Amino acid sequence: MEALEQLKARVEAAVPGAQAEIVPNGSPANQPSLSLDCGHARTVAEFLRDDPDLRFDYASNVTGVDWPEKTIKEKIKVKKLVSGVEKEVEEVCERKTPAYLEAVYHLYSMARKHGPLILRLRTENRSDKVTLPSLTPVWRSCEFQEREIFDLYGIIFEGHTDLRRILMWPEFTDHPMRKDYVEPDDYEYEPTPHDDVLTRARQHYPGGTPA
Amino acid sequence: MIDEGLRTELSRQGVVTTTLQELYNWGRKSSLWPLQFGLACCAIEMIATSMARFDIARFGAEVFRPSPRQADLMIVAGTVTKKMAPQIVRLYNQMPEPKYVIAMGVCAISGGPFKEGYNVLKGIDRYIPVDVHIPGCPPRPEALLQALMTLQDKIDKQPLTGDNRPPHLDASAPGEFPIPAFGQHDLEPPNNPALWQPPPMTRAE
Repeated sequence: MEALEQLKARVEAAVPGAQAEIVPNGSPANQPSLSLDCGHARTVAEFLRDDPDLRFDYASNVTGVDWPEKTIKEKIKVKKLVSGVEKEVEEVCERKTPAYLEAVYHLYSMARKHGPLILRLRTENRSDKVTLPSLTPVWRSCEFQEREIFDLYGIIFEGHTDLRRILMWPEFTDHPMRKDYVEPDDYEYEPTPHDDVLTRARQHYPGGTPA
Repeated sequence: MIDEGLRTELSRQGVVTTTLQELYNWGRKSSLWPLQFGLACCAIEMIATSMARFDIARFGAEVFRPSPRQADLMIVAGTVTKKMAPQIVRLYNQMPEPKYVIAMGVCAISGGPFKEGYNVLKGIDRYIPVDVHIPGCPPRPEALLQALMTLQDKIDKQPLTGDNRPPHLDASAPGEFPIPAFGQHDLEPPNNPALWQPPPMTRAE
Protein backbone atom coordinates (compact mmCIF):
# COMPACT_ATOMS: atom_id res chain seq x y z
CA MET A 1 0.00 0.00 0.00
CA GLU A 2 1.17 3.46 -0.79
CA ALA A 3 2.05 5.93 1.94
CA LEU A 4 -0.77 7.73 3.64
CA GLU A 5 0.31 11.14 2.29
CA GLN A 6 0.21 9.78 -1.22
CA LEU A 7 -3.14 8.15 -0.62
CA LYS A 8 -4.52 11.39 0.76
CA ALA A 9 -3.40 13.26 -2.35
CA ARG A 10 -4.98 10.65 -4.58
CA VAL A 11 -8.24 10.76 -2.66
CA GLU A 12 -8.39 14.52 -2.93
CA ALA A 13 -7.62 14.37 -6.63
CA ALA A 14 -10.15 11.65 -7.35
CA VAL A 15 -13.03 13.15 -5.40
CA PRO A 16 -13.38 16.84 -6.17
CA GLY A 17 -13.94 18.92 -3.08
CA ALA A 18 -13.00 16.17 -0.67
CA GLN A 19 -10.81 17.12 2.24
CA ALA A 20 -8.77 14.57 4.11
CA GLU A 21 -6.57 15.18 7.08
CA ILE A 22 -3.86 12.90 8.38
CA VAL A 23 -4.26 12.32 12.11
CA PRO A 24 -0.90 11.32 13.58
CA ASN A 25 -0.69 8.67 16.24
CA GLY A 26 1.95 9.26 18.87
CA SER A 27 1.63 5.85 20.50
CA PRO A 28 4.13 3.02 19.85
CA ALA A 29 1.73 1.61 17.26
CA ASN A 30 2.41 4.71 15.16
CA GLN A 31 -0.63 4.05 13.04
CA PRO A 32 -1.78 7.33 11.51
CA SER A 33 -5.31 7.63 10.25
CA LEU A 34 -7.24 9.63 7.71
CA SER A 35 -9.92 12.02 8.87
CA LEU A 36 -12.53 12.67 6.20
CA ASP A 37 -15.02 15.46 5.80
CA CYS A 38 -18.56 14.23 6.26
CA GLY A 39 -19.89 15.68 3.03
CA HIS A 40 -17.69 13.56 0.78
CA ALA A 41 -17.05 10.55 3.02
CA ARG A 42 -19.44 8.32 1.10
CA THR A 43 -17.83 9.10 -2.29
CA VAL A 44 -14.34 8.73 -0.84
CA ALA A 45 -15.32 5.36 0.63
CA GLU A 46 -16.60 4.21 -2.74
CA PHE A 47 -13.34 5.35 -4.34
CA LEU A 48 -11.29 3.44 -1.74
CA ARG A 49 -13.34 0.32 -2.40
CA ASP A 50 -13.35 0.50 -6.19
CA ASP A 51 -9.93 1.89 -7.06
CA PRO A 52 -7.98 -0.98 -8.69
CA ASP A 53 -4.80 -0.25 -6.70
CA LEU A 54 -6.51 0.12 -3.35
CA ARG A 55 -9.51 -2.22 -3.42
CA PHE A 56 -10.42 -1.82 0.26
CA ASP A 57 -13.12 -4.46 0.11
CA TYR A 58 -13.34 -5.32 3.80
CA ALA A 59 -14.32 -3.09 6.73
CA SER A 60 -13.19 -5.23 9.63
CA ASN A 61 -14.09 -2.96 12.49
CA VAL A 62 -16.10 0.16 13.18
CA THR A 63 -15.99 1.79 16.54
CA GLY A 64 -16.84 5.05 18.24
CA VAL A 65 -14.90 7.50 20.36
CA ASP A 66 -16.23 10.23 22.61
CA TRP A 67 -13.82 13.13 22.76
CA PRO A 68 -14.51 15.59 25.54
CA GLU A 69 -13.60 19.24 25.35
CA LYS A 70 -9.85 19.63 25.51
CA THR A 71 -7.69 22.54 26.56
CA ILE A 72 -4.45 22.70 24.68
CA LYS A 73 -1.68 24.82 26.13
CA GLU A 74 0.72 26.30 23.64
CA LYS A 75 3.73 28.53 24.04
CA ILE A 76 3.71 31.38 21.57
CA LYS A 77 6.34 34.03 21.17
CA VAL A 78 4.74 37.44 21.25
CA LYS A 79 6.35 40.83 20.81
CA LYS A 80 5.54 43.05 23.72
CA LEU A 81 6.60 46.30 25.22
CA VAL A 82 8.45 45.49 28.40
CA SER A 83 9.39 48.68 30.29
CA GLY A 84 9.46 50.70 27.12
CA VAL A 85 11.55 48.25 25.11
CA GLU A 86 10.04 45.91 22.56
CA LYS A 87 10.95 42.32 23.44
CA GLU A 88 10.00 38.85 22.42
CA VAL A 89 8.17 37.21 25.29
CA GLU A 90 6.91 33.66 25.52
CA GLU A 91 3.28 33.48 26.42
CA VAL A 92 1.24 30.47 27.30
CA CYS A 93 -1.84 30.47 25.16
CA GLU A 94 -4.79 28.27 25.95
CA ARG A 95 -6.89 26.96 23.13
CA LYS A 96 -10.04 24.93 23.53
CA THR A 97 -11.01 22.23 21.07
CA PRO A 98 -14.71 21.53 21.08
CA ALA A 99 -16.06 18.17 22.16
CA TYR A 100 -17.08 15.81 19.40
CA LEU A 101 -17.93 12.19 18.67
CA GLU A 102 -15.98 10.13 16.23
CA ALA A 103 -16.55 6.96 14.22
CA VAL A 104 -13.44 4.99 13.32
CA TYR A 105 -13.35 2.52 10.44
CA HIS A 106 -10.63 -0.09 9.94
CA LEU A 107 -10.34 -1.13 6.31
CA TYR A 108 -8.44 -4.00 4.75
CA SER A 109 -8.07 -5.26 1.24
CA MET A 110 -8.57 -8.97 0.73
CA ALA A 111 -7.81 -8.67 -2.97
CA ARG A 112 -4.58 -6.67 -2.63
CA LYS A 113 -3.67 -8.06 0.80
CA HIS A 114 -2.94 -4.75 2.44
CA GLY A 115 -4.28 -2.70 5.27
CA PRO A 116 -5.35 -1.50 7.66
CA LEU A 117 -6.41 1.92 6.54
CA ILE A 118 -8.05 3.81 9.36
CA LEU A 119 -10.75 6.33 8.56
CA ARG A 120 -12.20 8.79 11.01
CA LEU A 121 -15.43 10.71 10.74
CA ARG A 122 -16.13 13.47 13.22
CA THR A 123 -19.38 15.05 14.29
CA GLU A 124 -19.63 18.77 14.80
CA ASN A 125 -20.43 18.49 18.49
CA ARG A 126 -21.78 15.89 20.84
CA SER A 127 -25.21 17.27 21.61
CA ASP A 128 -27.34 18.18 18.60
CA LYS A 129 -25.17 17.89 15.49
CA VAL A 130 -24.29 14.23 15.74
CA THR A 131 -25.08 13.10 12.22
CA LEU A 132 -22.52 11.26 10.10
CA PRO A 133 -22.90 9.64 6.69
CA SER A 134 -23.35 5.90 6.94
CA LEU A 135 -20.83 3.71 5.15
CA THR A 136 -23.11 0.66 5.30
CA PRO A 137 -24.09 1.07 1.62
CA VAL A 138 -20.37 0.80 0.78
CA TRP A 139 -19.41 -1.97 3.20
CA ARG A 140 -22.22 -4.21 4.35
CA SER A 141 -20.23 -5.31 7.41
CA CYS A 142 -20.66 -1.84 8.93
CA GLU A 143 -24.36 -2.40 9.49
CA PHE A 144 -24.37 -3.91 12.98
CA GLN A 145 -21.35 -1.95 14.14
CA GLU A 146 -22.87 1.38 13.13
CA ARG A 147 -26.00 0.31 14.97
CA GLU A 148 -23.87 -0.39 18.01
CA ILE A 149 -22.27 3.05 17.78
CA PHE A 150 -25.72 4.59 17.42
CA ASP A 151 -26.80 2.69 20.52
CA LEU A 152 -23.80 3.35 22.75
CA TYR A 153 -22.60 6.78 21.52
CA GLY A 154 -25.67 8.30 19.93
CA ILE A 155 -24.17 9.05 16.52
CA ILE A 156 -26.90 9.12 13.89
CA PHE A 157 -25.80 7.51 10.65
CA GLU A 158 -27.54 9.03 7.66
CA GLY A 159 -28.23 6.51 4.93
CA HIS A 160 -28.24 3.50 7.24
CA THR A 161 -31.11 1.23 6.26
CA ASP A 162 -31.97 -0.11 9.70
CA LEU A 163 -30.76 2.24 12.41
CA ARG A 164 -32.12 0.79 15.65
CA ARG A 165 -30.61 0.10 19.05
CA ILE A 166 -28.86 -3.23 19.05
CA LEU A 167 -27.69 -3.92 22.62
CA MET A 168 -30.03 -1.87 24.76
CA TRP A 169 -33.81 -1.89 24.55
CA PRO A 170 -35.65 0.64 22.38
CA GLU A 171 -37.11 2.50 25.37
CA PHE A 172 -33.62 3.24 26.69
CA THR A 173 -32.72 6.91 26.26
CA ASP A 174 -29.05 7.10 27.33
CA HIS A 175 -25.81 6.33 25.54
CA PRO A 176 -23.75 4.21 27.93
CA MET A 177 -20.33 4.61 26.32
CA ARG A 178 -20.37 8.39 26.46
CA LYS A 179 -18.11 9.92 29.06
CA ASP A 180 -20.96 11.74 30.77
CA TYR A 181 -23.21 8.68 31.09
CA VAL A 182 -24.70 8.38 34.56
CA GLU A 183 -25.49 4.79 35.39
CA PRO A 184 -28.48 3.85 37.52
CA ASP A 185 -27.70 4.13 41.19
CA ASP A 186 -27.90 0.48 42.24
CA TYR A 187 -24.81 0.19 44.34
CA GLU A 188 -24.56 -2.69 46.75
CA TYR A 189 -21.88 -4.11 48.98
CA GLU A 190 -18.44 -4.57 47.41
CA PRO A 191 -15.74 -6.41 49.33
CA THR A 192 -12.91 -4.14 48.16
CA PRO A 193 -14.30 -0.76 47.10
CA HIS A 194 -11.93 1.73 45.54
CA ASP A 195 -12.04 4.97 43.53
CA ASP A 196 -15.55 5.71 42.26
CA VAL A 197 -16.92 2.59 43.90
CA LEU A 198 -15.57 3.74 47.26
CA THR A 199 -17.28 7.11 46.84
CA ARG A 200 -20.55 5.37 46.13
CA ALA A 201 -20.02 2.96 49.02
CA ARG A 202 -19.70 5.94 51.38
CA GLN A 203 -22.88 7.47 50.01
CA HIS A 204 -24.87 4.29 50.46
CA TYR A 205 -23.45 3.26 53.80
CA PRO A 206 -22.87 6.53 55.63
CA GLY A 207 -22.58 4.70 58.96
CA GLY A 208 -19.00 3.78 58.19
CA THR A 209 -16.67 3.00 55.38
CA PRO A 210 -16.70 -0.64 54.44
CA ALA A 211 -13.99 -2.58 56.15
CA MET B 1 -45.10 -42.04 62.44
CA ILE B 2 -43.60 -45.47 62.39
CA ASP B 3 -40.79 -46.19 64.79
CA GLU B 4 -37.36 -46.15 63.13
CA GLY B 5 -36.28 -49.43 64.79
CA LEU B 6 -39.45 -51.19 63.70
CA ARG B 7 -38.97 -49.90 60.25
CA THR B 8 -35.46 -51.31 59.85
CA GLU B 9 -36.67 -54.55 61.34
CA LEU B 10 -39.52 -54.72 58.83
CA SER B 11 -37.23 -53.93 55.90
CA ARG B 12 -34.92 -56.72 57.05
CA GLN B 13 -37.92 -59.02 56.79
CA GLY B 14 -38.68 -57.82 53.29
CA VAL B 15 -41.49 -55.40 54.15
CA VAL B 16 -40.97 -51.93 52.81
CA THR B 17 -42.71 -49.12 54.63
CA THR B 18 -42.89 -45.53 53.50
CA THR B 19 -44.87 -42.37 54.00
CA LEU B 20 -46.79 -40.40 51.44
CA GLN B 21 -44.37 -37.53 51.90
CA GLU B 22 -41.32 -39.67 51.22
CA LEU B 23 -42.89 -41.27 48.18
CA TYR B 24 -44.10 -37.96 46.81
CA ASN B 25 -40.77 -36.20 47.32
CA TRP B 26 -38.85 -39.19 45.95
CA GLY B 27 -40.91 -39.01 42.79
CA ARG B 28 -40.41 -35.26 42.43
CA LYS B 29 -36.69 -35.22 43.09
CA SER B 30 -36.00 -38.12 40.73
CA SER B 31 -37.38 -36.55 37.60
CA LEU B 32 -36.44 -32.90 37.60
CA TRP B 33 -36.86 -31.80 34.02
CA PRO B 34 -34.81 -28.70 33.29
CA LEU B 35 -35.88 -25.97 30.94
CA GLN B 36 -33.75 -26.06 27.84
CA PHE B 37 -32.14 -22.69 27.51
CA GLY B 38 -28.70 -21.22 28.00
CA LEU B 39 -27.55 -17.63 28.24
CA ALA B 40 -23.78 -17.66 27.94
CA CYS B 41 -20.68 -19.80 28.41
CA CYS B 42 -22.14 -21.56 31.48
CA ALA B 43 -24.59 -23.16 29.08
CA ILE B 44 -21.68 -25.00 27.44
CA GLU B 45 -20.86 -26.56 30.81
CA MET B 46 -24.54 -27.37 31.27
CA ILE B 47 -24.53 -29.13 27.89
CA ALA B 48 -21.37 -30.99 28.89
CA THR B 49 -23.14 -32.09 32.06
CA SER B 50 -25.93 -33.57 30.00
CA MET B 51 -23.55 -35.53 27.77
CA ALA B 52 -22.11 -39.01 28.32
CA ARG B 53 -19.05 -38.13 30.39
CA PHE B 54 -20.92 -36.46 33.24
CA ASP B 55 -24.36 -37.78 32.38
CA ILE B 56 -27.01 -35.84 34.24
CA ALA B 57 -29.34 -38.74 33.35
CA ARG B 58 -27.97 -40.52 36.41
CA PHE B 59 -30.07 -38.08 38.43
CA GLY B 60 -33.17 -38.26 36.27
CA ALA B 61 -32.70 -34.71 35.02
CA GLU B 62 -31.70 -35.37 31.43
CA VAL B 63 -35.04 -34.48 29.86
CA PHE B 64 -34.38 -30.89 28.82
CA ARG B 65 -37.75 -29.48 27.85
CA PRO B 66 -38.06 -26.82 25.18
CA SER B 67 -41.29 -25.54 26.72
CA PRO B 68 -41.60 -23.98 30.17
CA ARG B 69 -44.96 -25.73 30.57
CA GLN B 70 -43.21 -29.08 30.85
CA ALA B 71 -40.22 -28.03 32.94
CA ASP B 72 -39.63 -28.32 36.70
CA LEU B 73 -36.22 -26.76 36.96
CA MET B 74 -34.80 -23.57 35.57
CA ILE B 75 -31.02 -23.57 35.27
CA VAL B 76 -30.05 -19.94 34.77
CA ALA B 77 -26.79 -20.68 33.00
CA GLY B 78 -24.95 -17.50 32.20
CA THR B 79 -25.01 -13.72 32.22
CA VAL B 80 -28.48 -12.25 32.54
CA THR B 81 -28.52 -8.98 30.65
CA LYS B 82 -31.10 -6.41 31.56
CA LYS B 83 -32.62 -6.86 28.13
CA MET B 84 -33.05 -10.60 28.79
CA ALA B 85 -34.27 -10.41 32.41
CA PRO B 86 -37.99 -9.84 31.66
CA GLN B 87 -38.03 -12.90 29.41
CA ILE B 88 -36.43 -15.03 32.13
CA VAL B 89 -39.03 -13.93 34.65
CA ARG B 90 -41.79 -14.56 32.12
CA LEU B 91 -40.48 -18.07 31.45
CA TYR B 92 -40.31 -18.71 35.17
CA ASN B 93 -43.91 -17.56 35.56
CA GLN B 94 -44.95 -19.91 32.77
CA MET B 95 -43.46 -22.96 34.46
CA PRO B 96 -45.97 -25.02 36.43
CA GLU B 97 -45.50 -25.61 40.15
CA PRO B 98 -43.55 -27.19 41.73
CA LYS B 99 -40.63 -25.37 40.21
CA TYR B 100 -37.06 -24.76 41.21
CA VAL B 101 -34.23 -22.49 40.11
CA ILE B 102 -30.50 -23.09 40.02
CA ALA B 103 -28.42 -19.95 39.45
CA MET B 104 -25.36 -21.26 37.67
CA GLY B 105 -22.15 -19.24 37.68
CA VAL B 106 -21.15 -15.89 39.15
CA CYS B 107 -23.00 -13.89 36.49
CA ALA B 108 -26.37 -15.42 37.33
CA ILE B 109 -25.62 -14.99 41.03
CA SER B 110 -24.35 -11.43 41.13
CA GLY B 111 -23.43 -10.14 37.69
CA GLY B 112 -19.93 -11.55 38.14
CA PRO B 113 -17.22 -9.75 36.17
CA PHE B 114 -19.90 -7.58 34.55
CA LYS B 115 -21.37 -6.41 37.87
CA GLU B 116 -20.37 -2.79 37.34
CA GLY B 117 -21.62 -2.78 33.76
CA TYR B 118 -24.63 -0.86 32.55
CA ASN B 119 -26.29 -3.76 30.80
CA VAL B 120 -26.05 -6.69 33.20
CA LEU B 121 -28.44 -7.67 35.92
CA LYS B 122 -26.66 -7.98 39.27
CA GLY B 123 -28.09 -11.41 40.01
CA ILE B 124 -31.28 -13.16 38.92
CA ASP B 125 -32.41 -13.47 42.55
CA ARG B 126 -33.56 -9.87 42.27
CA TYR B 127 -36.63 -11.07 40.39
CA ILE B 128 -37.15 -14.79 40.98
CA PRO B 129 -36.50 -17.01 44.01
CA VAL B 130 -33.31 -19.08 43.61
CA ASP B 131 -32.97 -22.44 45.35
CA VAL B 132 -29.31 -23.24 44.71
CA HIS B 133 -26.47 -20.90 43.79
CA ILE B 134 -23.35 -22.36 42.17
CA PRO B 135 -20.28 -20.11 42.07
CA GLY B 136 -17.70 -20.53 39.34
CA CYS B 137 -16.81 -18.95 36.06
CA PRO B 138 -18.06 -21.20 34.62
CA PRO B 139 -18.72 -23.91 37.23
CA ARG B 140 -17.48 -27.37 36.39
CA PRO B 141 -20.08 -29.97 35.41
CA GLU B 142 -19.42 -31.60 38.78
CA ALA B 143 -20.55 -28.38 40.42
CA LEU B 144 -23.82 -28.47 38.51
CA LEU B 145 -24.31 -32.08 39.55
CA GLN B 146 -23.55 -31.05 43.13
CA ALA B 147 -26.18 -28.34 42.82
CA LEU B 148 -28.67 -30.85 41.50
CA MET B 149 -27.95 -33.18 44.40
CA THR B 150 -28.32 -30.30 46.84
CA LEU B 151 -31.65 -29.47 45.27
CA GLN B 152 -32.72 -33.11 45.50
CA ASP B 153 -31.82 -33.10 49.20
CA LYS B 154 -33.86 -29.95 49.63
CA ILE B 155 -36.88 -31.48 47.88
CA ASP B 156 -36.47 -34.66 49.91
CA LYS B 157 -36.75 -32.71 53.17
CA GLN B 158 -39.76 -30.61 52.19
CA PRO B 159 -42.72 -31.34 54.46
CA LEU B 160 -46.11 -31.54 52.77
CA THR B 161 -47.91 -29.72 55.58
CA GLY B 162 -47.07 -27.05 58.07
CA ASP B 163 -45.43 -23.67 57.77
CA ASN B 164 -42.40 -24.95 55.91
CA ARG B 165 -44.33 -26.55 53.09
CA PRO B 166 -43.20 -25.69 49.56
CA PRO B 167 -44.92 -22.82 47.73
CA HIS B 168 -46.90 -25.08 45.42
CA LEU B 169 -48.76 -26.51 48.42
CA ASP B 170 -49.30 -23.10 49.93
CA ALA B 171 -52.25 -21.29 48.40
CA SER B 172 -51.14 -17.95 49.79
CA ALA B 173 -47.65 -18.14 48.29
CA PRO B 174 -47.13 -16.01 45.19
CA GLY B 175 -47.40 -18.07 42.01
CA GLU B 176 -46.21 -15.37 39.69
CA PHE B 177 -43.56 -12.74 40.03
CA PRO B 178 -43.87 -9.30 38.48
CA ILE B 179 -42.08 -8.94 35.17
CA PRO B 180 -39.81 -5.87 35.12
CA ALA B 181 -40.50 -3.29 32.44
CA PHE B 182 -37.95 -1.61 30.19
CA GLY B 183 -37.45 1.88 31.58
CA GLN B 184 -35.66 4.87 30.18
CA HIS B 185 -32.54 4.30 32.24
CA ASP B 186 -32.92 0.92 33.91
CA LEU B 187 -35.35 -1.91 34.47
CA GLU B 188 -38.41 -0.85 36.42
CA PRO B 189 -38.46 -1.83 39.20
CA PRO B 190 -34.73 -2.60 39.54
CA ASN B 191 -35.55 -5.49 41.88
CA ASN B 192 -38.47 -7.22 43.53
CA PRO B 193 -38.35 -5.94 47.13
CA ALA B 194 -40.44 -8.89 48.34
CA LEU B 195 -37.66 -11.22 47.22
CA TRP B 196 -34.50 -9.22 47.53
CA GLN B 197 -33.18 -6.31 49.55
CA PRO B 198 -29.75 -4.72 49.29
CA PRO B 199 -27.52 -6.40 51.86
CA PRO B 200 -27.08 -4.44 55.08
CA MET B 201 -23.57 -3.63 56.11
CA THR B 202 -22.12 -5.51 59.02
CA ARG B 203 -18.77 -4.70 60.47
CA ALA B 204 -16.52 -7.39 61.82
CA GLU B 205 -15.65 -6.46 65.37
